Amino acid sequence: MPPLLAEIAQLVVNGVMAGTILAVPAIGLTAIYAVLRFPNFALASHATIGAFAGYIANVKLGLPILPSVGLAFLAAGAVGVATDEVVLKQFRPAGFITTAIASIALTIALENIVRFAFGNELRGYALPIERDWRFGSIRVGPQQVQNLAVAAAAMVMLFSFLAFTRTGKAMRAVADNPMLASIKGINADMISRLVNFVGMGLAGLGGMLIGLDTTIDPLTGFRSILSVFAAAVVGGLGSIPGAVVGALTVGVGEELCLLFLSPDYRSAVGFVAILLVLTLRPRGILGQRAY
Amino acid sequence: MENYVIAMAVSAGIYALMALGVNVIWGMAGMVNLGLVGFFAVGAYVSALLTLKLGLPIAAGMGAGALATSLVGALVALITVRLRGDYLAIVTLGFAETIRIVASNTIWLTNGTDGISGIAGPYRGTLSPEAFNLLYLAIVGTIVTVAYLLAERLRASPFGRVLRAIRDDEQVAAVAGKHVALFKVKAFAIGAGALGLAGALYAHYTSYIAPDIFVPLLTLYIKLALLAGGLGNNRGAIIGAFAIVFLLESTRFAIPLVPGVSAVQGAALRELLIAALLIVLLRYRPQGLVPEQLRQIPARAVPPGRYQPTA
Repeated sequence: MPPLLAEIAQLVVNGVMAGTILAVPAIGLTAIYAVLRFPNFALASHATIGAFAGYIANVKLGLPILPSVGLAFLAAGAVGVATDEVVLKQFRPAGFITTAIASIALTIALENIVRFAFGNELRGYALPIERDWRFGSIRVGPQQVQNLAVAAAAMVMLFSFLAFTRTGKAMRAVADNPMLASIKGINADMISRLVNFVGMGLAGLGGMLIGLDTTIDPLTGFRSILSVFAAAVVGGLGSIPGAVVGALTVGVGEELCLLFLSPDYRSAVGFVAILLVLTLRPRGILGQRAY
Repeated sequence: MENYVIAMAVSAGIYALMALGVNVIWGMAGMVNLGLVGFFAVGAYVSALLTLKLGLPIAAGMGAGALATSLVGALVALITVRLRGDYLAIVTLGFAETIRIVASNTIWLTNGTDGISGIAGPYRGTLSPEAFNLLYLAIVGTIVTVAYLLAERLRASPFGRVLRAIRDDEQVAAVAGKHVALFKVKAFAIGAGALGLAGALYAHYTSYIAPDIFVPLLTLYIKLALLAGGLGNNRGAIIGAFAIVFLLESTRFAIPLVPGVSAVQGAALRELLIAALLIVLLRYRPQGLVPEQLRQIPARAVPPGRYQPTA
């Protein structure tokens, strides 16, 4: 293969891996948006909380990666339900501006609780050092493949939950038409708690998966929030399949830009993607409407 | 000690200018700007670079900083103006982060994370530090006063009334024949211009800017200042800015006194406190501690049988 083509192939592979991981928190964001109708910026700190919960499980308690990832989901989900119940829920009647500002304040508050407990140092998970697998000229790390598998498994579980269970269908009904859902006797409070649990849990899971690739610190979540929002907006805010498509697009796009940009600008690429989509097709690839 | 008080008064003035700008965007037009620190940064960098690299006079640099920020603000608003307001929230937040990323990595222009130092201040070389501080306080004071008068004029003008109408009900404003999108873009550009001017004032005062000065926390400070003073209320914006600087400075002295808390933990506690305070104020006083005073229009007698408003 000519070197440029080989490089592009490698970047696309990396992009698909990064995009699959990005899809996890992006689904969380878009699911919360679909049911509660506001962009929840507190997602950033919940990703950090998940990453740190996984760190405690993996490094302090010595658990293997898979159960730690599960704990990251549960911890971030539980914190998500609690913070929504105590803080954000009160703001919903006041409209989305107030709620969005409150969610930013909440994310900074939670991030600082993590900083108070753990400090600013970079921390890494206890991972075995493994040689990359090689397929022709393309290199893939075994840990990346495991992350990919975890992300894919989480998505398959979520899709089956939404498609086949009664609660999953109720959740979709509320997202689709809250008034009709309440006439049908669906308990909106229960659904909003559930969507916070699942959505913030996915954010925490995503935070840990991102951390497994690099290191974690209190800003882990905030640093990736731009890419997560880009994924959700590109795919169409409120559409779960859209979040997956958007995340893959943003993931591959961020990697391909490395051909002519330094990696430091990676998150800026997400912002450009947001601007492009909002200018050309505001509802995103699979979204319904944006006005 | 006097120098410290004057320096705090200067930062309060800069915060007040930002609060006045955000008041136009949020308080009057009801638009959200979660990345106001990004606009502040644009003004600071544009003015610093123009005076340092092209040798422009300070006043021209500040003017250019404000103008450039205003144009950027108009562009940001233009992209999202026909969409749901949540998109503006996402775009403004992303904008601030992107500015920080660009400022951190475009080393040939901004000197990266090391920041730009040696930014000129008016007569900094010829005056004693005390005299410089006083002069700068006078400059900031004058600009804030002018900005306050302009903001008051704006609030009372037909333009301001349309903004409030849009804030309270966009559809009604549109039905009344107002070009809602145009008004929103203008309001955002005006507010962004004030944020840019504040950034330029900051840069020429401290003589040093770096990307990690422009963190999201600063956005919260200004929201808090505005809420403390009263949303939609210009005098409140100024009072709130002074209150927040006082609060920030007193926690700076108080938190190190808490036993067993390291420097990082102290900083974390302080940010936690600010965020918590903002949440509490937003929750219990969403209109601010001093709510906007709207002129009451006396109810006219309605002939019997005609539509009678219920409230």
